[in-house]
Amino acid sequence: MDLGCGNGELLAFLMHQKSALVQGIELDENQMHQCVERGLTVLQGDIESGLVDYPDKSFDFVILNQIMQQIKKADFVIQESLRVGKRVIVGFPNFAHITARFTLVFRGKTPINEALPYYWFETPNIRFLTISDFIDYCAKKEIKIEQEYFLGKSSPVHFMPNLFAQNALFVITRKPQV
Amino acid sequence: MKKNSVGVVTPQYFTFAEPPDTLQLKSGRSLGPITLAYEAYGKLNAKKSNAIMVCHALSGDAHAAGFLEGDSAAGWWDDMIGPGKALDTNLYYVICSNVIGGCKGSTGPSSINPETGKPYALDFPMITIADMVEVERHLIDFFGIEKLLCVIGGSMGGMQALQWASAYPERIIAAIPIATALKHSPQQIAFDEVIRQSIMADPAWRGGYYYKHGQPEKGLAVARMIGHITFMSDQSMEEKFSRKLKNDNLSFQFIDDFEVEGYLRYRGYNFVKRFDANSYLYITKAMDYFDLSGDNFMPSVKNTAVRFLVISFKSDWLYPTHQSQDIVRLLKRKHAYTTYFDLISTYGHDAFLIEIEDETRLIKNFLVNVSPD
Repeated sequence: MDLGCGNGELLAFLMHQKSALVQGIELDENQMHQCVERGLTVLQGDIESGLVDYPDKSFDFVILNQIMQQIKKADFVIQESLRVGKRVIVGFPNFAHITARFTLVFRGKTPINEALPYYWFETPNIRFLTISDFIDYCAKKEIKIEQEYFLGKSSPVHFMPNLFAQNALFVITRKPQV
Repeated sequence: MKKNSVGVVTPQYFTFAEPPDTLQLKSGRSLGPITLAYEAYGKLNAKKSNAIMVCHALSGDAHAAGFLEGDSAAGWWDDMIGPGKALDTNLYYVICSNVIGGCKGSTGPSSINPETGKPYALDFPMITIADMVEVERHLIDFFGIEKLLCVIGGSMGGMQALQWASAYPERIIAAIPIATALKHSPQQIAFDEVIRQSIMADPAWRGGYYYKHGQPEKGLAVARMIGHITFMSDQSMEEKFSRKLKNDNLSFQFIDDFEVEGYLRYRGYNFVKRFDANSYLYITKAMDYFDLSGDNFMPSVKNTAVRFLVISFKSDWLYPTHQSQDIVRLLKRKHAYTTYFDLISTYGHDAFLIEIEDETRLIKNFLVNVSPD
């Protein structure tokens, strides 16, 4: 399940390379047409209410790819994803990247970099989160981080990711209830 | 003749439940013999795996595409069925039959009751959407088709597509319910009741036994006029008619001053010539009885392999978007692979017959990826 699957590029890749059975949810009609052209099953719906009717553990993976920063009910969507998916893959731009910090602190301007490419007046992003924020959130909400990947401009980042990674990717699950 | 037409087509007939057999209906009554009028376009392949069933709406018939000998009017979904069209007859074998209870060649209240030698009239048993599908299933068996590639239809045709998926999930690979609902809302039942009352209030209806005397024309025409209002949208009526007058001045008489009045009268009058009043009563009742909500849908199935393409239209207030979203909600619970589009259109419920471009793009691409397993 790719929530906010856009034109379906990722789902099509997963379907062809991994023979995955895939389902997308998207709001934009043009992007949806492209999904159907790729042979994907896609529901017209919004991200916040899209998962509500699925039974628990309906999917092996729920993908929240680059949507965390754009949705209002981020916590609700993560919780719903953890409910309907056995695992959730969350990918988001890291607002604490070094260039973002410099731009804000020394230039006094809203950061713009490869992962945050928008001017303030045209950005779809409504919230800004950092790798450190997300790790804190998972700890507070009893969410288990199974895997984490940090990406720089063109290669993985291993050293001080919250400072040097532009994008972060987490694989999370619900901690088993004791 | 139009481009990409299936050309001249011949209606065909299939009769079953002949004595001593009958078909047991949902009402508990039985009926036989039953004749189905149908048309088929394209070629059934050797494996019989490329058949698509098209289900028609309330006043539709088996003539979905092409032209009947000596008739210049194309079938009701000719824009969608033909070589290279959404239902591409170069690839698929497309079957459309007239529903049981109808009046276009299939057994209905205007058919002759073999027991009396007279039209059934109100002796005809009540029909349900499930009965319609049951009869269509007999037709598919007659063809020797194990599995339909797809069942598709708009409005009442969409109900049949849902009923097929619910009753015979193992006999279909995909279903495309368009502009339809799992059940009629009180508003939809109310419209149907007013439609029925306008027929039955016409003294010419004669309790349903009018066949010797002719149709209850006035009642049926009014019934159809009500229908046509619900098929359009506020916006499409504004665009089509606005307050345009038929003549230059108001007449200050009770005649059709406005173009919209003229249109409704014309539609009503024409309908009387082609549709049986009792069939209208029976079929609207079948739609009102239809209810696949909750546990009624696919009762024996937890996870379904049937693939769905659900389509609604934003301006359709007769079968509004939220009713299609209810379908999608139920499909999510069945873990069905579902594609859902709420298409932009100003045409109201009629959109499923008019918004050909969007529907074609969607349905064509959807069907390419539906393959017989």
